[in-house]
Amino acid sequence: MATPRGGSVRTVAPSTGGPPAAARTPAPARTASGWRARLHRLDRHASPYAYVAPFFVLFAAFGIFPLIYTAWVSLHDWNLLSSDNPFIGLDNYTALFGDGYFWNAAFNTLSIGVLSAVPQLLLALLLAHLLNRPLRAQTLFRITLLLPNVTSVVAVVVIFSQLFGRDFGLINMVLEWLGVGRINWQAGVATSHVAIAVMIMWRWTGYNALIYLAAMQAVPKEIYEAATLDGASSLRQLWSITLPMIRPTVIFTVIVTTIGSMQIIAEPLLFGAQVSNGAAATGGTDRQFQTLALYLYEKGFRSFEFGYASAAAWVMFLLVVVVVGFNYLVVRRMRGGLDA
Amino acid sequence: MLRSLRARPLTYLTLVAVAFFSAFPVYWSVIVASHDNAALAEVPPPLLPGGNFFANVRRVFDTAPFALALLNSFVVAGSITVSVMFFSTLAGFAFAKLRFRGRNVLLLMTVVTMMVPTQLGIIPLYMLMIKLEWTGTMYAVIVPALVNAFGVFFMTQYLSRALPTELLEAGRIDGCGTARLFWHVVIPAARPAAAVLGMLTFMTAWNDYFWPLVVLTPDNPTVQVALSQLASGYVRDFTLGLTGTAVATLPLVLIFVLLGKQIIGGIMQGAVKG
Repeated sequence: MATPRGGSVRTVAPSTGGPPAAARTPAPARTASGWRARLHRLDRHASPYAYVAPFFVLFAAFGIFPLIYTAWVSLHDWNLLSSDNPFIGLDNYTALFGDGYFWNAAFNTLSIGVLSAVPQLLLALLLAHLLNRPLRAQTLFRITLLLPNVTSVVAVVVIFSQLFGRDFGLINMVLEWLGVGRINWQAGVATSHVAIAVMIMWRWTGYNALIYLAAMQAVPKEIYEAATLDGASSLRQLWSITLPMIRPTVIFTVIVTTIGSMQIIAEPLLFGAQVSNGAAATGGTDRQFQTLALYLYEKGFRSFEFGYASAAAWVMFLLVVVVVGFNYLVVRRMRGGLDA
Repeated sequence: MLRSLRARPLTYLTLVAVAFFSAFPVYWSVIVASHDNAALAEVPPPLLPGGNFFANVRRVFDTAPFALALLNSFVVAGSITVSVMFFSTLAGFAFAKLRFRGRNVLLLMTVVTMMVPTQLGIIPLYMLMIKLEWTGTMYAVIVPALVNAFGVFFMTQYLSRALPTELLEAGRIDGCGTARLFWHVVIPAARPAAAVLGMLTFMTAWNDYFWPLVVLTPDNPTVQVALSQLASGYVRDFTLGLTGTAVATLPLVLIFVLLGKQIIGGIMQGAVKG
């Protein structure tokens, strides 16, 4: 998958031959054409940079610069209202590591991340496997699977908060009917994490299934034929043939999902807002579902401690790198096991 | 036909069940939006739409600045979409078909930046918006989103495959400068992929919530911000919240139903190449 991409990018570039040969003719007498030639050469050399410049300039200004500047802000006692922002070295970081709420948020992020990402990707894999065969209404299935992804985070949380509602929620109604009894989903650590994980799963499973499906369609059908003749079951084929063959895509989705999981904010923010405005930024009345990104929001945009929040952002950035690296290694090791 | 890849009844049953769970919450929001609050307390709950939808919609527009929010969201998502389509095609053309020093390094940088969690730079970005005096205005939402790495990468992939180099060389021989090549050869060739990119971008911009929440004010919101105000707070008015949800989601679902096939094709294409 990666090879043809690199190949095509490198091989299709136009050769330097052609027009420049004519343009290079030295013609001191004919100043008009000399001017034209110089313009032409300028066009050839400068245009590519001019064309990629808007992207890099805008991305540097509004994407990269803020990220780097975060490190500088994190070394100061920086507040929205104060005019004087003294340099305090690593004091923000020391305070952060001693802050129980920070570690609580780190735990919640990890817990919600695992609860949402693992079942989501496994289910997506299974769904893609089911879709990867001649089916009636193939397009209809695909569109329905992607429908949750079109719905906005806000809409998802509003809808699911109603479904998970304590008194009039449909889910509690069903649970009561089953004899389990009503659950106050927002109140507990485990229950609120499950509820938020369900929202994330609902929104992203179909999307990941389509990505897996795209990769699966590139696997040669003959391999499956041979495996079927050898008597391998459908699930066995998914595990032993499909999974190793679409490994790059699996790695890609694991990384993207991990990065997304580490930054979950809108779901807990809005889920808490269903309880009260005060419970929004804290992720529930007892911070039972405050994620790291939400902690950053609370410090930065409720109490406007920019320096402290920036320190939290940088630690989060490092955590993202560490967790992504860890997951990458795990998935790569898995490949070894599958190949064997 | 292969036995393992044949669709058995169980396959259909599973897929129908998953499709049901995918569609039900959206359907449920329509049900709630077309009843009054009292209907929600009934056991069993109503499973068919009621006749209260338009009365609820009126209530939504009376409670929150929803008309302004819809207008803002159209302006924001529209300008971001046009800009992303244009700049991505421009940069994609350069990366796919032009030779210049540092191209491979710059392309690699583009791919890497797709992975950078830029959300973590939100505090300096906010400080920047205060400096520019853009807080509370749509500039703050539009300008940082004018370009993105995914778009550039997506168009680079498409153009390197779909735009014949001979066509460009023929244009060169006819005396076309790079800019004219771009307008008359590249843009027509890029249209199918640019359309898919446009749809994905519009969806993302329309649904964006966190940054608009931080940088905008309640009296001049986008749809998602207005919706979150409508659905939170001390008054537990689910009908109001879910009617707002239906209104905010409707434009997208409409686009999606009409163009779903192309959008799915785009996501799957992007995936294979990503």
